[in-house]
Amino acid sequence: MTTITDPPKESFRLSMLLYDTRYRSMTIQVIALIGFSAAVWWLVGNTIQNMNALGKDLSFNFLGEPAGYDINQRLIEYTSQSTHFRAAIVGVLNTLVIAVLGCALATVLGIVIGVLRLSNNWIVSRIMTVYVEMFRNVPVLLWIVLAMAILIETLPAPRDYKGDDATASMFLESVAVTNRGIFIPGPSFSNGFANSTISWLLVVGVLVASILAIRYVRAQATKKQEATGVRPTTWYLQLGLLVVPVSIVCIAMGLFWTSPELKGFNFKGGIHLRNSLIALWLALSLYTAAFIAENVRAGIMAISKGQSEAAGALGLRPNRIMSLVVLPQALRVIIPPLISQYLNLTKNSSLAIAVGYMDITGTLMGISLNQTGRELETLLLGMLIYLTISLLISAAMNVYNSRMQLMER
Amino acid sequence: MKNSIFLGALTVSSLIAGAAAAGTVDDVKARGVLNCGVSTGVPGFEAPNADGEWEGFDVDVCRAVAAAVLGDSKAVEFVPTTGKTRFTALASGEIDMLSRVTTWTFSRDVDLKFEFVGVNYYDGQGFMVPKELGVTSATELDGATVCIQTGTTTELNLADYFRVNNMSYEPVPIETQTEASQQYLAGACDAYTTDASALASVRSSFADASAHVILPEIISKEPLGPLVRHGDNEWGDIVRWTLNALIAAEELGVTSANIAELAAAPGDNPEINRLLGTEGSLGEMLGLDAQWAVRAISAGGNFGESFERNIGEKTPIGLARGLNAQWTEGGLMYSPPFR
Repeated sequence: MTTITDPPKESFRLSMLLYDTRYRSMTIQVIALIGFSAAVWWLVGNTIQNMNALGKDLSFNFLGEPAGYDINQRLIEYTSQSTHFRAAIVGVLNTLVIAVLGCALATVLGIVIGVLRLSNNWIVSRIMTVYVEMFRNVPVLLWIVLAMAILIETLPAPRDYKGDDATASMFLESVAVTNRGIFIPGPSFSNGFANSTISWLLVVGVLVASILAIRYVRAQATKKQEATGVRPTTWYLQLGLLVVPVSIVCIAMGLFWTSPELKGFNFKGGIHLRNSLIALWLALSLYTAAFIAENVRAGIMAISKGQSEAAGALGLRPNRIMSLVVLPQALRVIIPPLISQYLNLTKNSSLAIAVGYMDITGTLMGISLNQTGRELETLLLGMLIYLTISLLISAAMNVYNSRMQLMER
Repeated sequence: MKNSIFLGALTVSSLIAGAAAAGTVDDVKARGVLNCGVSTGVPGFEAPNADGEWEGFDVDVCRAVAAAVLGDSKAVEFVPTTGKTRFTALASGEIDMLSRVTTWTFSRDVDLKFEFVGVNYYDGQGFMVPKELGVTSATELDGATVCIQTGTTTELNLADYFRVNNMSYEPVPIETQTEASQQYLAGACDAYTTDASALASVRSSFADASAHVILPEIISKEPLGPLVRHGDNEWGDIVRWTLNALIAAEELGVTSANIAELAAAPGDNPEINRLLGTEGSLGEMLGLDAQWAVRAISAGGNFGESFERNIGEKTPIGLARGLNAQWTEGGLMYSPPFR
């Protein structure tokens, strides 16, 4: 009788790591990992070694020390006695302001220009072609500097508003356009909270709550429409929800508008939109809009002509075809490259120092770096901040993108 | 295996670190050129002339050092730096010395690991305003918009001055002197603040210099001088004593006109003899030859000659000697003795 024995166990040999396909991929990955760690190790080691040779240490203690310098545009309380950390926060907020404003304007401009470039009107489409080619083929830094130079050199100085023979006058008695920026009336509260930030947060909170309520009303209306086929009229309810609660809060806190007035050297009161902000905002938006316009054009051209023709056959007018048929589908093509344009705009905002806009590059990686001499620390922090902002933008946009994608079952 | 890579990395990195710490004077001699950091342009102190050659009061210090070490005052590579990039350039070894209207402060000396070798201009921060504003004192600047170069001590002085005097202001930070003049002349700022010497220098470059006044208040102490990296004392000594040689030469009456004659043979004054190498071995102690100071002084003249030629009262800059006169004439310029 024969017994069936197990096949002899193949013993593991070292050469199998290379020649056996079961192990080879593992081997390659391990080698790659070791190589990568060695490279990182070398970089870090080299940095530390060189820092030691220069007699410098890695320390972030400077963040807690008084900054000693002033920042003109600040969204939160800040004086020269505040810490470098607070100065960095002021800078981050200024970066976010320019990023949000820039992305918004660039998107609007980009869509309009992209659509117009496909216009049947020869002149309009040619002008848009010239715009796109002009803006995207000249470095954005030049646009920023040019915008600033135009604002500074062409607009009147505040002292031109002075005296009886003033060469400039305020627009509607409340808006002053000067070469230091635009002064517009600003809201403030006469009996709000002592800390004005809390008052504003309250207003924003009420607004958000109103919008959520409006969404609820709309959802209810849709439900009813699906059940009965008749959509109830809700616009007055929506409008009321939007306006009434905010108005009540504002009146309760005593909202009033302060107009800018010329006092001494400058206009005082109201909101001061600085030249640096306007120049940077316009230049970045116009520049990025040229790229977005091309994305929009590509997106629209990706929708087959049959779609618009079918819609036309159903009797839709051209602008309805665009907004109901073409754009919703084109958005799926437009959004992914739009994300990278938003990221580009945000990173390009670091050129702000060219016009003296105090963003994170100007505060933490500019003046703080200079006053403390902590190059490595400030630059590492700056990189981390830009990385975080960029990742947040792309995460948010990816969520939006996945919502706009075709639902496939 | 990992261990050996680590050791290898350590060796390589220590080699790199080792190279950076080697003697600057040897590097300069091997290179045959002195890398000297200057600003992007402050007329009188450092600016390229019509032929594209750098000249000015600070540039003369660079040229004197190059003459002393390399024997050729033209063997200088001028590296323009901004207020922001200057310290990184020096710390990284991109430049051998920085001679760029830089204020000697505690934290720069101690924390940034630099060595200020002396002071070649005692300055202070001031304000310039257009005459038509009718401002006569800095205390009237409440609420003004002030143009200021970022990355300088002036930023902190300005904040302190306005806080102490309980006044408000709007800072407009600017990267370079040129942009600052542009904004100031267009009226985007009411006042421009920087060191008083630089204000005079900037004003001299305006089309109508008489339409601008420099206010009498000096709100800070700004001793300006050349600096080198910490830790290379031989190099620091060379730069320090080259500067001192220029100052001492003026005190001792050694000028570019009479230096050839004085250096030819030992004279009556032993200190001149030691300075010019006709007696003693001061050059050898520095690791240079005996004629080092002769070449340094011949490069751009003594301290006083350089001052008068670049920024003195007969130039468009028009600065009086004031604090920068020799100690024998009531100023602060005082070189330790050459012995």
